Amino acid sequence: MSIIIDEETTVLVQGITGKEGSFHAEKCLDYGTKIVGGVTPGKGGTKILGNIEVYENMGIAVKETNANTSLIFVPPAFSPDAIFEAVDAGIKTIVVIAEGIPVSDTLRVIRNIRSKEDVILIGPNCPGLISPGDKCKVGIMPGNIHKPGRVGLVSRSGTLTYEAVAQLTGLGIGQSTCIGIGGDPVVGTSFVDVLEFFNNDPDTDSVVMIGEIGGTKEQEAADYIKNHFNKPIAALIVGKSAPANRRMGHAGAIITGKSGSASEKINALKSAGCLTINSPAQIGDAVSELADG
Amino acid sequence: MRIHEYQAKEILSNFGIKIPMGGNAKNPEEAFDLAVELGGRCVVKAQVYSGGRGKAGGVKLVEKAEESKVEASRLIGSRLYTGQSGPNGLLVSSVLIEEPVNIAGEIYISILPNPETETHIVMLSNFGGVDIEELAEKSPEKIKRCEIDPVYGLMDYQARDLIYAAGIDIGKRKAVFQILSRMYEIYSKYYCSLVEINPLAITDTGDLVAADAKILFDDDALYKNNELLGLRDITQEDPLESIARKHNISYVKLDGDVGCLVNGAGLAMATMDVTNSSGSGPANFLDVGGGASPDKVCEAMKIILSDNDVKKILVNIFGGILRCDLVATGIVNAFTNVGNENIPLIVRMAGTNAEQGISILRKSGLKVIFVQNLDAASIAIREN
Repeated sequence: MSIIIDEETTVLVQGITGKEGSFHAEKCLDYGTKIVGGVTPGKGGTKILGNIEVYENMGIAVKETNANTSLIFVPPAFSPDAIFEAVDAGIKTIVVIAEGIPVSDTLRVIRNIRSKEDVILIGPNCPGLISPGDKCKVGIMPGNIHKPGRVGLVSRSGTLTYEAVAQLTGLGIGQSTCIGIGGDPVVGTSFVDVLEFFNNDPDTDSVVMIGEIGGTKEQEAADYIKNHFNKPIAALIVGKSAPANRRMGHAGAIITGKSGSASEKINALKSAGCLTINSPAQIGDAVSELADG
Repeated sequence: MRIHEYQAKEILSNFGIKIPMGGNAKNPEEAFDLAVELGGRCVVKAQVYSGGRGKAGGVKLVEKAEESKVEASRLIGSRLYTGQSGPNGLLVSSVLIEEPVNIAGEIYISILPNPETETHIVMLSNFGGVDIEELAEKSPEKIKRCEIDPVYGLMDYQARDLIYAAGIDIGKRKAVFQILSRMYEIYSKYYCSLVEINPLAITDTGDLVAADAKILFDDDALYKNNELLGLRDITQEDPLESIARKHNISYVKLDGDVGCLVNGAGLAMATMDVTNSSGSGPANFLDVGGGASPDKVCEAMKIILSDNDVKKILVNIFGGILRCDLVATGIVNAFTNVGNENIPLIVRMAGTNAEQGISILRKSGLKVIFVQNLDAASIAIREN
């Protein structure tokens, strides 16, 4: 029914006693996610949100709960340390919400992640991911706009992902897994990584990919789609109207040179066989078209 | 964050890299005094956050100290229009007065992150002085590159190999090696997103001098080096962007006439594109952020309302963590503060508490055009 997270997923929330951490942990619990504990150094042994155990560190938490996934809500200055801690504790899927981690710090974290064969880092600066059919949400997206189904969605953004989901659900089109990979220039999981997962998922029939200006990750995805991807895919690139050399909110959304521009990306995706979506208003319609075609 | 050339050179100099003699002058008198110290003959360089200053008339070689004063009074306080400055140009807040460098050869060196390879990268060329993007396009083989492991950093052998590969004259290799190592030190210490010397001049006496330099800092790492915050020159920013930064609002001034207020960077870009396809253009990029309060939304709307280019406003909120009712309250407060009720206000609200948000706006007395989706927003922009 899904990729990366499913009904077997057991989650620890790092920074669970903070304002953001406790708020979103509760929303995930309400959605059905198996939150098996949280970690806040100095608060080990307490409880939160009714009966959720707070552990002193990730090592103890993983030993006690056998969790395989971590959702990190600590501020950007402390997120890299929290990621290293999760990796060392044996966590396999790490989701980092924080925006504003220095690029040099992210590069060091990624270097560590790449040296582990079976660890997936999603983010930083991302909304997380959700598999509606498995009632599993590891992130900050509003759960109620989703609907179980067979369309996979991957995006660099948060609210634009919600927009896309709302359009799909509005047309009665459900989703297998929706994943926001993050708006930073360097992130743990790329479009290509997610497309590989979707390609191998028997319960995903088609995919929507939402990219934006900056970097070359969409072109790499286009290469992968052309050579390996065997499901219908629609793609939208936003930021067509952005001027060069100005950062548009996301640290990664800046056009430097020709390769970061929307038109380069759209052309690459089009020639790879994607159905390219002209307007953010037409995401849902495009997916209907994929299903019909 | 960008800084001025003179500030970048001061940092290089603090790390032992040779820069031309001279100093920064905030007025013509200071320019004159500096020129006198240099013996009269000097270069007057306008300090703005932009390249292409030479072509724009912002760099002048003068023969006498008196002339430096004339050039300084012409430049300081004026606006410089370069290829990168935008239509309004950039205010020249000071001029750098420097000894002329007698250039016998020019080297290009830069260090920056490379997201594609998840490393840092050093670029070195024996053909410096020109626009590096142009060189990269026309003769990429003339730029030598080296990927730097983000954990281990720049290794000595990598620097040596790179210098050798770039064809640096054997007599200069040691000196270039030292400069490159120090640049990497600066890059790491200050969490830079760029350290560039172009050109690193080989003088007629065989010295290596950083004739021009550019340093950018990663905004997200500024908290690690508080002393850098004082280097920011807010005269180089759009005044509205400075206000936005104070309120922690992500805002970029653009040249259209539709003010956009959105939550989330991706949705904000999508909204800009919708605005563009309606035949108008966005007056700004604006992301109020996920955890925005009514006060923050109010400040954001006040920024849009104080932009004289804005002829209509599009609000596009997809409530998730951010509740639409809080956004609506912020919008109403801004209009109550500023007035300007006659400007067409197109609102699309969806997600958390959208109905409550719409109801607050309806009861406010503001003339709001409500739309259900982005298509309708595009049409409403065209018709209002």
